[in-house]
Amino acid sequence: MYRYDEFDTRIVKERVEQFRGQVARRLSGELKEDEFKPLRLQNGVYLQLHAYMLRIAIPYGQLNPRQMRALAEIARKYDRGYGHFTTRQNIQFNWVALKDIPDVLADLAEVEMHAIQTSGNCIRNVTSDHYAGATKDEVMDPRPWCEIIRQWSTFHPEFAFLPRKFKIAVTAAEHDRAAIKVHDIGLNMRRKDGEVGFEVHVGGGQGRTPHIAAKVSDFVPESELLDYLEAIMRVYNRFGRRDNKYKARIKILVSETGEEEFRKLVEDEFAAQRTAEKIALPQEEIDRIHAYFEPPKLAPKAANSESFEKAKAADAAFARWTRANLHPHKVEGYTTVTVSLKPMGVAAGDATDDQMDVMADMAEQFGHDDIRVSHAQNVVLPHVALDDVYELYRKLDAAGLATPNEGLISDMIVCPGLDYCNLANARSIPVGMAIQEAFSDPDDQADIGKFHINISGCINACGHHHVGHVGILGVDRKGEEYYQITLGGRADEKAAIGQMAGPGLKADDVPVALKRLVDRYRELRSSKDETFIETFEREGMEPFKDAIYADA
Amino acid sequence: MPLIKDRREVDDIWAYVPDDADLSPGGCITVSLGRFRSETELLLARNTEIGVRLEPADDPHELEEFLDRLALIEVDFPRYTDGRGYSQAQLLRRRLGYEGELRAVGHVLRDQILYMNRSGFDAFETERAELPSVIEALEEFSAVYQPAADERVPVFRRRHGKD
Repeated sequence: MYRYDEFDTRIVKERVEQFRGQVARRLSGELKEDEFKPLRLQNGVYLQLHAYMLRIAIPYGQLNPRQMRALAEIARKYDRGYGHFTTRQNIQFNWVALKDIPDVLADLAEVEMHAIQTSGNCIRNVTSDHYAGATKDEVMDPRPWCEIIRQWSTFHPEFAFLPRKFKIAVTAAEHDRAAIKVHDIGLNMRRKDGEVGFEVHVGGGQGRTPHIAAKVSDFVPESELLDYLEAIMRVYNRFGRRDNKYKARIKILVSETGEEEFRKLVEDEFAAQRTAEKIALPQEEIDRIHAYFEPPKLAPKAANSESFEKAKAADAAFARWTRANLHPHKVEGYTTVTVSLKPMGVAAGDATDDQMDVMADMAEQFGHDDIRVSHAQNVVLPHVALDDVYELYRKLDAAGLATPNEGLISDMIVCPGLDYCNLANARSIPVGMAIQEAFSDPDDQADIGKFHINISGCINACGHHHVGHVGILGVDRKGEEYYQITLGGRADEKAAIGQMAGPGLKADDVPVALKRLVDRYRELRSSKDETFIETFEREGMEPFKDAIYADA
Repeated sequence: MPLIKDRREVDDIWAYVPDDADLSPGGCITVSLGRFRSETELLLARNTEIGVRLEPADDPHELEEFLDRLALIEVDFPRYTDGRGYSQAQLLRRRLGYEGELRAVGHVLRDQILYMNRSGFDAFETERAELPSVIEALEEFSAVYQPAADERVPVFRRRHGKD
């Protein structure tokens, strides 16, 4: 993974001192709250319902054991013993005191981490495929370009006060696990005639007006990527709406301008760049960054592991876990392991300080020091030898980290909701837990198969309800919480926005309605291999709508 | 209002003339882009130097053919959260080659001055930021990740001993 050099180290330390000064000026009253707000936001500091919340960047979701232990230490020392991994591959701490935040940032700087641009109307943490560098289905490893984009966008002087926040996602795999079509910019890496380049999608997003991104270019060669991104950013900075916060994202600019006209604006801006404006990243720098992402040296192994097969035969719970939580590795004899942060009764994405330490230990012992955070709020150990999987599993299990549900119905994306967030209209976490309860039988879950339920506590859609196979949106109607159900959403290469099934349900009615929905799916599926989303796309809304409202 | 230019406090010899006011006979004045366009000849015929004030929605390209005759361009930040002025500045400096004074006016605060300077501003009209704190703000970072109008050498070149 990337390691800081003297420049990166200095910049991050200077940022800590800058923010320390800003906090001091705020606490002395020299800075007013409305002047301080964008400054603290660009350092990941939110004022939430109960306290300040600190969001720490995990660039493209990758961290090493030392960094994971530093996060555990922050949870212990400054928070209440846990952290919350987010859908943007970051981590949030919900109970940090403002006066402590400069010290937290200083601790983070020691392990090459920061909270830069994790919030605010600027370019946010770039996200990517959590299996990058390990998965069989990628054309190449997208992380070097994620890092190049991270550096380019860090403290970009022109794009720090955009109309609204801005999110870039990069993938290089056939199967899109980075949800690039629901990002402000989604990049899909390609190879054409030996040259590396990017298919560019712009204007995807969720929130109150969900959009699937428009493709603005089939192929931008890597040598021109940053210039092309600058062209898009400048068009957005100049012409994006600033009169209405809810219409300020680039998706609105793209849809109001029209795809054709928007593409022309970008192409014209790109064409007008003078030679002196070109970023002209030297090849040595591109090579330098790529060198950090060399694959780990994996000892050659047979494709099949005898000990792994034996353990599966002897331990049914382990066998079930391997069916859900392993992903094929590009190297024979190895696998990619998902550590589920979705056990029963715990808020999605939450991990305790001790669990973070365990994950760090496991990555060291079995995982070549590599840890990822997925946008589904789980943790991934990308490189594990099949021979080691059983021992790893038993240690994870002892720490409550071996829930066998990756991609299954209880592996939900859930926003913090009204329990933590001051934007929310309804609670999300308890609804998610009630659904988990309704589908608690692991054999039942395995039988249902791939099934994504996403829950948001308000229209801002932090729980990605628009792109859940089943989306659940909490709304407040005259002081009472209701939950609207959408069906057919997906965030992958076939991205689609879910359609509303009908009137909202009371919280207590949601699990039973979903039970009926799932039963209907099992009746209708053409075989056990047909997933819910496939059955839905074949059968349409009607039978599922009938199932949801069967008791109405 | 205090004016800081090239890291020094200087006297402001310029006056902005609102669209509904008469042009004073003498002195250096700035006018809106709209007024400059409708009274271009009259304004350029004056014996004194002339400047234009851009509002966030204004297109700096409209000044392209007059840039060498303007001694000052002011870019207004009605609210400091409106970042269009940064793009106007980058375009004026890097795309259009404007070399005169580029002044940030309006809601100009200490913590935005570094980005403004990087985008091409060399002068700041600021009510609340004193000179020492402005200089401090300009020096907060010893390295930068991307090229901008200030022509600081980005780390991706410094790392390889270039420039």
